[in-house]
Amino acid sequence: MLPLATNTPLGELPDLLLPAIGETLQMVGVTMAIVVALGTPLGVALHNSARGGLFPRPKLNAALSWVTNLGRSLPFLVLMASIIPFTRLLVGSTIGIWAAVVPMTVAGIPFFGRLVENALREVPREVTDVARASGGSTAQIIWRAQLSEALPGLVAGLTLNSIAMLEYSAIAGVIGAGGIGFLAISYGYQRFDTSVMVATVLVLIVLVQIVQLSGDFAVRRLKRG
Amino acid sequence: MIELTELTKVFERGETRHAALNGVSLTVQRGEIAAVIGPSGAGKSTLARCINMLERPSSGRVVLDGEDLTALRERHLREARRSIGTVFQASSLLSRKTAAQNVALPLDFLEVDRGQRDERVHELLDRVGLGDRGDAYPHELSGGQRQRVGIARALALRPSVLLSDEATSGLDPATTKSVLAMLSQLRDDLSLTIILITHEMDVVREIADRAALLEEGRIVEEGRLQQLMRDPASALGASLLPHPAPAAADGESDVWRVHYVSDRVDPDWIGGLSRALDAPVSLLAASIESVGADPVGRATIALPPRDPQLVRDRLAASGLHGEPVIGGLATAGEQLVPAVPALSEAA
Repeated sequence: MLPLATNTPLGELPDLLLPAIGETLQMVGVTMAIVVALGTPLGVALHNSARGGLFPRPKLNAALSWVTNLGRSLPFLVLMASIIPFTRLLVGSTIGIWAAVVPMTVAGIPFFGRLVENALREVPREVTDVARASGGSTAQIIWRAQLSEALPGLVAGLTLNSIAMLEYSAIAGVIGAGGIGFLAISYGYQRFDTSVMVATVLVLIVLVQIVQLSGDFAVRRLKRG
Repeated sequence: MIELTELTKVFERGETRHAALNGVSLTVQRGEIAAVIGPSGAGKSTLARCINMLERPSSGRVVLDGEDLTALRERHLREARRSIGTVFQASSLLSRKTAAQNVALPLDFLEVDRGQRDERVHELLDRVGLGDRGDAYPHELSGGQRQRVGIARALALRPSVLLSDEATSGLDPATTKSVLAMLSQLRDDLSLTIILITHEMDVVREIADRAALLEEGRIVEEGRLQQLMRDPASALGASLLPHPAPAAADGESDVWRVHYVSDRVDPDWIGGLSRALDAPVSLLAASIESVGADPVGRATIALPPRDPQLVRDRLAASGLHGEPVIGGLATAGEQLVPAVPALSEAA
């Protein structure tokens, strides 16, 4: 008979943890790349289609805002379960790293969109006026004035978003996504393996701290006065 | 030359309509400095945004050197906008760019090649006296320096018109003076047409050739500075050159307020008046200065009771306009005055 609880010896932990950390970083990295690529234009559109933006379109703004809220209204676990057919369509599977990337991206884009919108809102309105009066095209104004001035805020948003994705990747462990979350659930929770449980918790804490501290550092460096 | 013709701007928010501009017309000749002054809420910032076309007027025209900007489509408007340089309020530099990068912004937008751009930026920074501060970030510069960077940026594309939108508000008096001196110098060097939008009467007095008073979206008074100051009925003139508070007169005397209304005011008009009336004339207050080359002034005098018409005629002969002060209240256009000093409180 198998013992109910087996604690993995300390010496074997690195063999379990290191590949899991790698998978987690991969999930979060790929997700964040897509999130930044798609969430930034969403945030720019949200900001500039609003009253006082570069191309005010109240109806478009309301529609974008509604869709964005939709993406943010479901708890991640529910979202993940509800879009399984979509995930299968996209990556051909509902388990594994890639299957986790789909719901993480779906949750991450509207989140980052709002963060970008907020960061742009923090930029004084005069910056846009100055850029327009200096003869900038819409694209030039967005890139070289709005986003450029908002960069510290954008990096702060990126930090926040990455940490949220780290958390989501752990939740995705429930559907066998791999990574730290999967390890914590399959060993720590289902097998009562206390040493793996403690180790995964410590790894997550350290990862979050590293992301936050480096984010804060970058924000400080990017700010001028 | 820039001509504003019957500009109106109506903002609609749901059911409510708010007319910020109600038919503003103003012509500023090349090389002239015109100030538009008004209390807050008069429509100054809307007017500024309609002049540089950040906002399209609801009706009316903005004609710059013969080209009607209001008729242009967005694409061409972007090019036309380049002939108007705007100096914004003090906080308008991009905080993450150096002084040189801020000045380079309009050139970068135009995709001027790097060598030419750097040369032009250098030349502009030199012109505003910041040749050695190009690498400084805005937070490392003083308020006056930041504003000079703003001026350099506005000049980057060699505009023919410079619009200053409250460019000196928030600066201390000495800095304001130096920024204004710089604008005046630039006008002389580059024969720029300058429109100053401001709520500060001192700014107008300091450098404007002409002034317009904007109230509730309308220009209620407009003219050359010395012409306004010489018009005893002008409220704007009275604000530009207020009567100084007079010393007390003895109870027997009549008190008169006197305006300089001509180029040729007899320098010894007090003596002349005294001799003509054969009575002592005491000076209770006076403020005389020159605007351009010509004297403008105000004085309050006291003299023994005499026929008012005789006094008026005598003053007129010396190039002055005089009105007796009755019961401490001035007659003629002076009642308008209290409406305008409120300007100095408006922030």
